[in-house]
Amino acid sequence: MKYVDEFRDGELARVLAGRLARAVEPGRRYNFMEFCGGHTHAISRYGVTDLLPKSVNMVHGPGCPVCVLPIGRIDNAIALALERGVTLCTYADTMRVPASGRTSLLKAKAAGADVRMVYSAADALRIARENPAQEVVFLAIGFETTTPPTAIVILEAERQGLENFFVFCNHVLTPAAISNILESPQVRDIGTVPLDGFVGPAHVSCVIGSAPYEYFAEEYAKPVVIAGFEPLDVMQAVLMLVRQVNEGRHEVENEFSRAVTRDGNARAKALVAEVFELRRSFEWRGLGEVPYSALRIKSRYGRFDAERRYDIVYRSVADNKACECGAILRGAKTPKDCKLFGTVCTPENPIGSCMVSSEGACAAWYSYGRFRDEEAAA
Amino acid sequence: MSGAVKQDYVRPIDFRNGRVDMSHGSGGRAMAQLIDELFLAAFDNDWLRPLNDQACFAVPAGRMVLATDSHVVSPLFFPGGDIGCLAVHGTVNDVAMAGARPLYLSATFILEEGFPLADLKRIVESMAAASREARVPIVTGDTKVVEKGKGDGVFITTTGVGVVPEGVEVSGDRARPGDRVLVSGTLGDHGVAIMSFRENLEFETTIRSDTAALHGLVAAMVEAVPEVRCLRDPTRGGLAATLNEFARASGVGFRIREKDLPVKPAVHAACEFLGLDPLNVANEGKLVAICAPEDASRLLVAMREHPLGRDAAIIGEALEDPHRFVQMETALGGARMVDWLSAEQLPRIC
Repeated sequence: MKYVDEFRDGELARVLAGRLARAVEPGRRYNFMEFCGGHTHAISRYGVTDLLPKSVNMVHGPGCPVCVLPIGRIDNAIALALERGVTLCTYADTMRVPASGRTSLLKAKAAGADVRMVYSAADALRIARENPAQEVVFLAIGFETTTPPTAIVILEAERQGLENFFVFCNHVLTPAAISNILESPQVRDIGTVPLDGFVGPAHVSCVIGSAPYEYFAEEYAKPVVIAGFEPLDVMQAVLMLVRQVNEGRHEVENEFSRAVTRDGNARAKALVAEVFELRRSFEWRGLGEVPYSALRIKSRYGRFDAERRYDIVYRSVADNKACECGAILRGAKTPKDCKLFGTVCTPENPIGSCMVSSEGACAAWYSYGRFRDEEAAA
Repeated sequence: MSGAVKQDYVRPIDFRNGRVDMSHGSGGRAMAQLIDELFLAAFDNDWLRPLNDQACFAVPAGRMVLATDSHVVSPLFFPGGDIGCLAVHGTVNDVAMAGARPLYLSATFILEEGFPLADLKRIVESMAAASREARVPIVTGDTKVVEKGKGDGVFITTTGVGVVPEGVEVSGDRARPGDRVLVSGTLGDHGVAIMSFRENLEFETTIRSDTAALHGLVAAMVEAVPEVRCLRDPTRGGLAATLNEFARASGVGFRIREKDLPVKPAVHAACEFLGLDPLNVANEGKLVAICAPEDASRLLVAMREHPLGRDAAIIGEALEDPHRFVQMETALGGARMVDWLSAEQLPRIC
């Protein structure tokens, strides 16, 4: 397929693998975090690690929108659907995220709640328009990539004068999460998570541009290379990171120049600024409360805000005690370090959120990589 | 009332504007009329014609095969087929995957009150055409009607019987390390065709469902290689599910090569933007075969000579692996697992 196969080409991969092998300095370890679940997925699905030098270690980051959604917010959504009788629309993976008391939106649906899987925010708006007597809530999740479409449907709902459409906003911000990881004791003081650089987000960066990462590169002295989600993008970005580390540089470089500019998508950013404002703090699964890390709907559009409409009260809920999702999302542990992984926690019966989405570190390892555990043991 | 005395006149069913109502499943005259004018007219054969509650037929010598399959696909009509021909192909294929020659089918219809008779007629005629083309007659059946809201138009269950030729022993637990894995053609066509027609997912594609009866291809294969070990049509869950089933049943692992998998560019493209893996997408006219290494090229030639096996390919091998993992060498040059599909990728595709 044109414009896709070129970025998965085996010949080019061998060339890049050769360059990488020559670029790494003997005796040196390179630990890079790929922030996005999209990269985690690409690395696992295409077997990218087989083509990287042994001294390069990829650490999975928290950039999986479904994974970082805290249990309490899912509980809120389930209550809306079950107790308030709304039609709750959301993206597919969200439906399987485990909530309190072994529930999930999927189980709420089986219990009679009207929960609909949609492919886009526009589908939720259409459902509201076609069912004027029914209150429809769009459970909005995701990073900067999915925020502009949510802004558009809110503006569109206003233009169409819809009175039965609401958004339960859970949009979160990438730069805040990266700061949080870099500020964490494991990275800063203890050094249990050695990080030599970041593979920067692909689609998020299309929207926000490369400029927001300049601060991290400078402040924390860590190189950032923004990379596309194709396997050759990842390999090229790793090569660029290796070179920066070798040369003692810590700059923002853009491997994904076919889509990302320094300033990003001005129109999308303007839409987001029009509809949303910063929250003082927001809980992330794995990272805990992170200041100024999420968005809420501005009061100007408050009549579309499900939190106001239904007086939603957020209660923080602790993860299963044995679940290591938190540490895995911070890069402090790998799926193999979790006792639940592959035993009671599987994609069919996820305990933690990292096992739900295909972008989650545990699901990716379970579905694509776990045969390596056996190879290592043998 | 004048209608009461004109007993000999039966107003023909209005197949243009009429709808299924509760009387069509009541066991009364309306049901008998529907059977006469629709099912018997379409499926007509010597076994069905006496309208018994069962079909009687002679049994050839050898081992018999029995298979059943329910069809609940949505939408009912899709590019390349409909629930009718799918219901015939699905069960014919299930019988054939034992290496068997399918002989007879039964068909059960669960109809929802209010379902347009025109659609029902179209479906039944499509079933009849598929059954004639496959030369596997529908010899008995049943019809039930459920109240509006208690079904979704029409559900069809078909059951098939067949006979296995002497010397053929096909079963999913017979794969051995070193055996070769073959597929009969391009993967994922059916699933993508269905998805392209789904409400809220509609997209334009030239892909049509591959729904087809594979017993002719199977007959050619077992004639060329009677020792073929495993056959299965990779329907729901796709090739990934089938190979994992074989791995579990046979106690082996598999390693396949991504570059050797036949996938149409349009299917690849649709999977790309829907975030799906063609390995997990359903097929309705393809099969996976496992055979000993020395038989592989002979089997491949036999498959490619058949119109339904033109794009057949050898895609990998069975390995010794106590973990029974299915692995794939990626086109990039790495390796990964090919696991079962975890969640429902898309409900009601067949």
